[in-house]
Amino acid sequence: MEDEGLKTVNLTIEGRAVSVPEGTSILEAAKAAGVLIPHYCYHPGLPVAGVCRMCLVEVERSPKLAASCATAVAEGQVVHVYSPQALEARKGVLELLLINHPLDCPICDQAGECELQDYTFQEGRADSRYHEPKRFNPVEDFGGDVLYVPNRCILCTRCVRFMDDVHHTPVLNVSDRGDRATIGKAVDADLTQPWAANVIDLCPVGALVSKDFLNKARAWELDRTASVCTGCSQGCNTILETRDNIIVRQKPRSNDAVNHFYLCDEGRFNYRWMNRPDRAETPKIKVADVLTFVDWEIAYAEAAKALGGKRAYVVASPALSNEALFLLKQLITKSGGEGVFRCRTGPEAPLPGVADLSLRADRAPNVQGAELLGYTRRDADVLGGLRDGDVLILADDEFEGLDTTAATKASAIIVIGTVLPLNIPTPTVVLPIANVAEEEGTFTNLRGRVQRFLQAKAAPGLARPSWFALADLNAAVGLQAEHFLPSSVFAALASSEPAFTGLSYETLGLYGAPVASVQAGAN
Amino acid sequence: MGYPHKSHPRETPVLSKHFGDPAARTLDGWKARGGYKALQQALAMEPTAIVDAVKASGLRGRGGAGFPTGLKWSFMKIGDGKPHYLCCNADESEPGTFKDREIMRWTPHALIEGCAIGAYAIGAETAYIYVRGEFIEPIKRLEDALAEARAAGIIGDNAMGSGKKIDVWVHRGAGAYICGEETALMNSLEGKRGNPRIKPPFPAVNGLFGQPTTINNVETLAAIPHILNNGAEWYKAMCLSSPKSNGSKLYSVCGNVSRPGNYEVVMGFSFKEFLYDLCGGPLPGRKFKALIPGGSSVPVITSEEADTVKMDYEGFMEVGTMLGSGGVIIFDDAQSMPRQLARLARFYAHESCAQCTQCREGTAWMTKILERIVAGQGTYEDLDTIFDLAENMTGKTICVLSDSCAAPVTSGINKFRGEFEALIKGKRSSTVAVGV
Repeated sequence: MEDEGLKTVNLTIEGRAVSVPEGTSILEAAKAAGVLIPHYCYHPGLPVAGVCRMCLVEVERSPKLAASCATAVAEGQVVHVYSPQALEARKGVLELLLINHPLDCPICDQAGECELQDYTFQEGRADSRYHEPKRFNPVEDFGGDVLYVPNRCILCTRCVRFMDDVHHTPVLNVSDRGDRATIGKAVDADLTQPWAANVIDLCPVGALVSKDFLNKARAWELDRTASVCTGCSQGCNTILETRDNIIVRQKPRSNDAVNHFYLCDEGRFNYRWMNRPDRAETPKIKVADVLTFVDWEIAYAEAAKALGGKRAYVVASPALSNEALFLLKQLITKSGGEGVFRCRTGPEAPLPGVADLSLRADRAPNVQGAELLGYTRRDADVLGGLRDGDVLILADDEFEGLDTTAATKASAIIVIGTVLPLNIPTPTVVLPIANVAEEEGTFTNLRGRVQRFLQAKAAPGLARPSWFALADLNAAVGLQAEHFLPSSVFAALASSEPAFTGLSYETLGLYGAPVASVQAGAN
Repeated sequence: MGYPHKSHPRETPVLSKHFGDPAARTLDGWKARGGYKALQQALAMEPTAIVDAVKASGLRGRGGAGFPTGLKWSFMKIGDGKPHYLCCNADESEPGTFKDREIMRWTPHALIEGCAIGAYAIGAETAYIYVRGEFIEPIKRLEDALAEARAAGIIGDNAMGSGKKIDVWVHRGAGAYICGEETALMNSLEGKRGNPRIKPPFPAVNGLFGQPTTINNVETLAAIPHILNNGAEWYKAMCLSSPKSNGSKLYSVCGNVSRPGNYEVVMGFSFKEFLYDLCGGPLPGRKFKALIPGGSSVPVITSEEADTVKMDYEGFMEVGTMLGSGGVIIFDDAQSMPRQLARLARFYAHESCAQCTQCREGTAWMTKILERIVAGQGTYEDLDTIFDLAENMTGKTICVLSDSCAAPVTSGINKFRGEFEALIKGKRSSTVAVGV
């Protein structure tokens, strides 16, 4: 923390000595000391407003309590977060925030993940002294995914500052004054904006709620899993939230190297397919031109037989993990075949206030990984390299938009996928695999950052994680490929692929690390 | 005072000397009365010499806070390569205050001259006069005077032939009380919502358009030419009491009093004599009961307390209130204090900018409680809640609007608790002699 030539300031917060660069706020310094000062309007991704007055702390030899978000540290400062004076002031703020609040927690989506609940429980009054009628304003549709419930609003202005200073689309404002004030929306615009749904995450209370998630689940019923968004090649870090094995929400997970605190709307709502019911659930082989359920071992053997000495032409999905693509690559190399992929594209949508963060044109998470592992991009003509007698392996490419007759050149078709593609000649073997939410693995984003995703739900039927199925398939064709964990697949990948040298699941952690070429470039 | 009544012999008309004299409004008329000599003199001086003279005069900010003007000017580092700005706070929206209005109505050139000298002294080429939106006539007078001064080359690219650029502009506000707070004023001037800014950074470092800025009240700037014309010692000598308060001060007197209006007296004048002699005392058959001596934001005092006060910054502090803006609001024994204070609280609740929680919610809650007490629905517990709430509203927000709401209310309850208790017990206030 001592780079940029900044001086270090030493101070004491709640009896703990802290050293931080000069200019740091007391609130951030306290975080570094392991003390979370309650706050609402402050957010590390937004300009400081200093308006909620919740982060008041006592600073010795200072006449007034200090708003810790807006007060810079000073040498030798002694800060008391839990002194009676500071607690009393914050209790007062909480009481005032609640006098007009409807206290409708039982029907509020934010309940369970609400900072108003949390801090009131922690430091607030047990009762109310407010005997007057409460202020009422009707719910307003802000457009996009956002509903505004003004009665719950504490006017922290995080949403306004996000739209102004990060999204650079000033759609929201504070309208009117005094206790009549509410968040207002520009008359000729709304939150149908590429990154606008972030205001829902930024809202510390239940004032901005998601239409997509409305009344779907209670926060405490959800299981949360670290994942990576599959919507584009940016690789935003996310949290997949499941209830009873169903993904019900995707939220951003902060990572300053990739997406800071944000996630675009397109990526955020790109999770329903993970719950699709029409999945390939059992291994199958073709018997008399009809697909028949079989045991996994029989399916592997059948696939190995079909491959026997022939050239493998692999059409891989750029949404497959590095691990799966690596194992497929081993198969391709052994057979002297070739690996290709295609990727859907769409318009870019940058978030102007954050450097190098955008909804990228390539709408798949692992284009970079596929390219680093030697797959050729053939967007226009993905079957163009298929030769007579090749074994066509469709690795989670759903064959959409392709011509059935083009596949007839193949001597056999092996489907390794989450669903059985329509419009293809009957495949010889079908190996059902788990989708991204059901397995563990890594993606490489467009800047060469390798990032892990974890399993959020169980795979249906007999479907196996892609690395599992492919490792067994490789073993069946005689490759040295015994893997019991995705980490061991990744270790094999890192030791044989120069781009990935030095990486392991341990070094990647939950925030990822750049591949060797990017690291070298950075140095 | 000069307008609408004749000046009282015990007044010391310096700023108000030409009130009521339409001839003083024109450039020729103003020059005939000694105008623009001070500016001519100032432009030949080093800026630091002007700042030193103002420091020596003991002039303190007349907008309410009473910060020494020369010291404030000395914070502006001349030659730092940045554009400097002078803002004249003519938003005068403090209830009970109407002195700046009269300065702008009758002697607009005095303010323009003060602005030009102030701008030169702080190294600014531009001065903005931010005028309250409702001041239709003062804006007209100012703009007429500015046009004359500009045409005569008094201000502009070559002010009075000195080769120095000094421009003065009038900006009309839209009627928000909070825009009289200096940082909200700057936001408003920049075209933003008039929300006060967090300090630090202070305006002298990061003010209007992010540049070093000084903000002075109309009365402060209007006094500058007089200081340069007559010397700092002359100004400093205008004091009957504390050496820390100097010069003459305009007081706006309103409420239940025989002769409401603007009065100009020297610092340290006896408040009792001011009220009973200059202002003519209470209306026939009535008695003074309570006063808010410095605009609605300062604590209430009783008429007994007022009788002991020497009218200067320190004198008002001694009885627990403040000189403030000099807006003296007088309540006589026919007034219900709970009702008056509820009305005052309602004003602050209406004008809160809605940024800080304590102010946005506190002023409104305070108003609701007071109005309930006035309606006869109050409880003793409400009084405790008000004091607790007032404590929460004091010293915890970005600006002092919520403090300003709490101060008159708590001091009013402390001093007139009987009236509140009478209402709570279901009776009309016993101290009210005449119908409310």
